[in-house]
Amino acid sequence: MAVTSEVAKPRAGIATRSAFDVARVREDFPILKEKVHGKPLVYFDNAATAQKPRQVLEAEQNFYLRLCSNVHRGVHWLSERATQAYEDTRVKAQRFLNASESREIIFVRGATEAINLVAGTYGRKNVQVGDEIVISAMEHHSNIVPWQMLCEEKGARLRVAPINDRGELILEEFEKLLGPRTRLVAVTHVSNVLGTINPVQEIIAMAHRQGIPVLLDGAQGAVHLKVDVRELDCDFYTFSGHKLFGPTGIGVLYGKARLLEAMPPYHGGGDMISSVSFEKTLYNVIPYKFEAGTPNIAGTLGLGAAIDYLGGLGQENLLRYEEELLAYTTEALAGIPELRIIGTARQKAPVISFVLNGLHPHDVGTVLDQEGIAVRTGHHCAQPLMDRFGVPATTRASLAFYNTLEEVDRLIKGLHKVREILG
Amino acid sequence: MSDLHALYQEVILDHSKRPHNFRPMADPSRTAQGYNPLCGDKVTLFVRLDGDRVADVSFQGSGCAISTASASLLTETVKGKTLAEVESIFAGFHDLVTGKAPRDGQGPALGKLAVFSGVSEFPVRVKCATLVWHTLRNALRGGEEVATTE
Repeated sequence: MAVTSEVAKPRAGIATRSAFDVARVREDFPILKEKVHGKPLVYFDNAATAQKPRQVLEAEQNFYLRLCSNVHRGVHWLSERATQAYEDTRVKAQRFLNASESREIIFVRGATEAINLVAGTYGRKNVQVGDEIVISAMEHHSNIVPWQMLCEEKGARLRVAPINDRGELILEEFEKLLGPRTRLVAVTHVSNVLGTINPVQEIIAMAHRQGIPVLLDGAQGAVHLKVDVRELDCDFYTFSGHKLFGPTGIGVLYGKARLLEAMPPYHGGGDMISSVSFEKTLYNVIPYKFEAGTPNIAGTLGLGAAIDYLGGLGQENLLRYEEELLAYTTEALAGIPELRIIGTARQKAPVISFVLNGLHPHDVGTVLDQEGIAVRTGHHCAQPLMDRFGVPATTRASLAFYNTLEEVDRLIKGLHKVREILG
Repeated sequence: MSDLHALYQEVILDHSKRPHNFRPMADPSRTAQGYNPLCGDKVTLFVRLDGDRVADVSFQGSGCAISTASASLLTETVKGKTLAEVESIFAGFHDLVTGKAPRDGQGPALGKLAVFSGVSEFPVRVKCATLVWHTLRNALRGGEEVATTE
């Protein structure tokens, strides 16, 4: 029997240049069918938190329906299964970051807790009076405040590497800040406001030449880039599950094993000990030393499902499609009168902040919301960055791979409506 | 009228673009600052009192259309009023923007402030409208603390 080859038909929905079926992917995200003020939801607040595919929701529910028990404690069947699933996720996270060993993966509540953990353990142990920590001008509050708190406690100094008007780190200035008193460099991989992708390889090389360890805040980076901690040679990497299409309340701290081993514990409690007496407590080995108490087991399994899901789609396909979304959105926004994009780095993720001349982002956000479009308005937990660009706030559209060019068109229409209503 | 047009009435847009009494004051009896961390609205309010009457009031700062218009209309409304009258107007204004029915016959005449009735359909914007009023209350009480909406 002759096999007739089907002529390729255009896909439903928006045709894209990349080999990526966004219409099919959207089927995995139940919330994308919601209506807001009677209009189909356009979710452009992905940098705040991303939506979750059905697979993540099912993994969380499956834990409570079929596996619920504590981990690392019971000899009973359920506990063994739960422990296995929990530890399997650690291996998934290890592979996701291409870490050498799974014990270099610490489960935490999110990137914020991960940074606080490093500041509270590595920082408190190694930073002394007169020492310095170097961050950048584009950091999220979560990569500023923990270091400020540490510096205040230790009498150390926080140094801030400047950025140019495009929102790019000025590498020469950054390098000048490094010196014999620098104990740590902590910078974001991708800016949550500007979308800037930092030249982390150069940053790490400059710091390592002087023996300074580097922490990368990967809250956005893990979402928009392929991360290879061994290739980067970063000393710490942090990310939040909920921005990576996983649940809230779970995240990862990666640390090089030799650094983690030398660090004192963070929280005290069960699971982080190997033996306790009232005279002396022996701490557990890594990663458990840093995981006191019953962890967020359901969230961890949800994160594992998110990592599997992304792997199934093929991260390279996703990233190529994201580039297309960014280019299309940037071009479309350029057609809006008196709109200024804040953050025009040459290397950029699809996180786009802008201001409309004479209009406050809060008003812009309210009008867009009535159109069913969810954007973030405000300072995005980066007040020093707002000051750098001389704006009190911005409107931010942050896109994910389930967004479509059609949705970008709706944003553009919405912005015309903003002008019509607010003048 | 759509909810959006009810929120952004002409009067509100006019006051947000050309706010009245938008100036510092050389000899204020009281000043207070207000801050809305959600959207970054900042307002500094200057008040000159004559006995228990507001002789002059002005403001500076940056904010959204609702908060700027609210500050502008506040200055117009409370000038010449006694402290007790200001409290009463604030109570009526608060009821208006939070969608509570004005108390029958007892509510103060809100005058131009009635244009803020559309805010009640936008709960997240209530803070924008009330920030400057909380700031005024702080100023009149002589408090040093920054009024916030949190």
